[in-house]
Amino acid sequence: MTSTGHRPTTAVAARGTMDAAVWSALGTVRDPELDEPITDLGFVVAAAVTCGVAHVRLVLPTYFCAPNFAYLMVADAHDAVAAVPGVHTVDLALEDHFASTEINAGVAAGAGFHRSFPGEAESPGGAGAELDELRRTFQRKAHTACLERACRRLVADGWSVEALGGVRLADLSESAERRSLLRRRDDLGLSTEPGDPLLVDDDGVPVPPERLAAHLRFAQAVRVSIEGNSGFCRGLLHTRYPELRDRLADGGPVGEDGAR
Amino acid sequence: MYTKDGESYFIVDGHIHFWDGGEANQRNRYGKGFTACFYDYHRNLSPEEYVWDLEKFGNYPEDGMIADLFDNGYVDKAIFQPTYLTDFYINGFNTTEQDGAVAERHPGKFIVNGSFDPRDGENGLKALEALHERWNLKGVKLYTAEWKGSSRGWKLSSPGAYDYLAKCEELGIRNIHVHKGPTIYPLNRDAFDVQDVDEAASMFPNLRFIVEHVGLPRLEDFCWIATQEPNVYGGLAVAMPFIHTRPRYFAQVIGELLYWLDENRLLFASDYAIWQPKWLVEKFVDFQIPDDMQSEYGVLTPDIKRKILGLNAAALYDLEVPAGVTASPAPTDSGETIGAGPKVPAGQSA
Repeated sequence: MTSTGHRPTTAVAARGTMDAAVWSALGTVRDPELDEPITDLGFVVAAAVTCGVAHVRLVLPTYFCAPNFAYLMVADAHDAVAAVPGVHTVDLALEDHFASTEINAGVAAGAGFHRSFPGEAESPGGAGAELDELRRTFQRKAHTACLERACRRLVADGWSVEALGGVRLADLSESAERRSLLRRRDDLGLSTEPGDPLLVDDDGVPVPPERLAAHLRFAQAVRVSIEGNSGFCRGLLHTRYPELRDRLADGGPVGEDGAR
Repeated sequence: MYTKDGESYFIVDGHIHFWDGGEANQRNRYGKGFTACFYDYHRNLSPEEYVWDLEKFGNYPEDGMIADLFDNGYVDKAIFQPTYLTDFYINGFNTTEQDGAVAERHPGKFIVNGSFDPRDGENGLKALEALHERWNLKGVKLYTAEWKGSSRGWKLSSPGAYDYLAKCEELGIRNIHVHKGPTIYPLNRDAFDVQDVDEAASMFPNLRFIVEHVGLPRLEDFCWIATQEPNVYGGLAVAMPFIHTRPRYFAQVIGELLYWLDENRLLFASDYAIWQPKWLVEKFVDFQIPDDMQSEYGVLTPDIKRKILGLNAAALYDLEVPAGVTASPAPTDSGETIGAGPKVPAGQSA
């Protein structure tokens, strides 16, 4: 958008506000696999609004990043930006990816994953099958990892491991670990009431005392895995796009719960 | 052979390539993208002095590879893991025949592994027999994300795959290296899921399934199946180079692997030419779990390192190990199996 010159300051300010709103909306979109906002990860390389049209460009760490996760991020980003007041058209594209064409066209047309990759994905057995199961699998992993972090926090706060089975959500002090855990419980449709047990499995069932140690030990492996992948993906992104490194080092937008 | 501080290590590099990833061999944008992807791995995790330019990375010379592996890299035996990718590269990326030609020029240095693809049906079974006849295979490398026409990959549980595994068993090809990749049918599932390896390992207890890259990016899934299947092993290619850029993460990966498996089922590998064995071997022998993690993960002893660096692969491939390089066969600490109640749950150390 070019300024008319009448009220340049206001126009620029308005545009800045719109751009910020789009960035903020994109900050609610998470990489399902890495469980972090795509803005924190550096996947958003451009986001600006011109005359109600939001132009957004996304990149990923490698040319061959799994197309299903890529599709979820592009589709989620599209939905998030479209919901920003004042945005009437979304021009959003994933760049430099082997399946960019299919993904961008599929998301723009609202075609869904199955129809965007004909013959390559399973037929949705029922309405809404699509990538829901994949997303759910990684929401469970994210919950498991956040639960382990929360338990570490509790132990640091003085709880004994044996006592963790009796811990309620209210017992976890206000912290990044608490915010992260509540967020993932909400994603899975698990209760977030202060009086409810903290140590539940991904279906919301309290972990029995005799399974507690084993449950947490595997949760540790899940956390190490997710954190490791996230670090590797950041590194690869910077190797692929060295120009992004400085911008992110300046402190990109902070995640909604401040947790990595 | 590598010797340091009075300890000797027999080195088997369990995963190397002699590829043609150069522009002239790239069939399409996918080949170009594949080479670029490998190159970013190389640039991202290598020490600066080991970084090549893209042109050399696409086509490195044979004599340079021999020097990097055996003259400078301490490697006693290197295992070629072919990666055909004929839909991406005109002559293939790295075929058994290309590897075999190099191996024959340097007797005693290499082990030549073959490959199969169940989508080749009956003809593929005959081709596998011929490949075995020609190269006396002791192992195969399977890349399940390989594209073939309109197909974007396969699983070990795909129709026909078990016929091939049965054929391997019949031919005495006992080492099945499995490499997962990002694209596989059906695309809506997690491509890195190793559930199919679990099932195949149960079905074929006489075969050894070496999951390349220790299942990364699904370390936890790999650990889970490896704990339950005694014939599942972990190949450390891709995990090793984190020792340089992210040593604490490397410590966690090794620590998790030693917890869920044991040191008898992990195999060193450089993934040459993505990374070079020289610096990986040197750094691994020098490496120790950081002090603040030792209560969770214990320490790496010379015996553990000796097994990972060569003795474990030597056992799988019936390699003769020089006298004097030995380690106690029993795991130092076999780790608790699932449900046994870990001593230090979730790292809540005293």
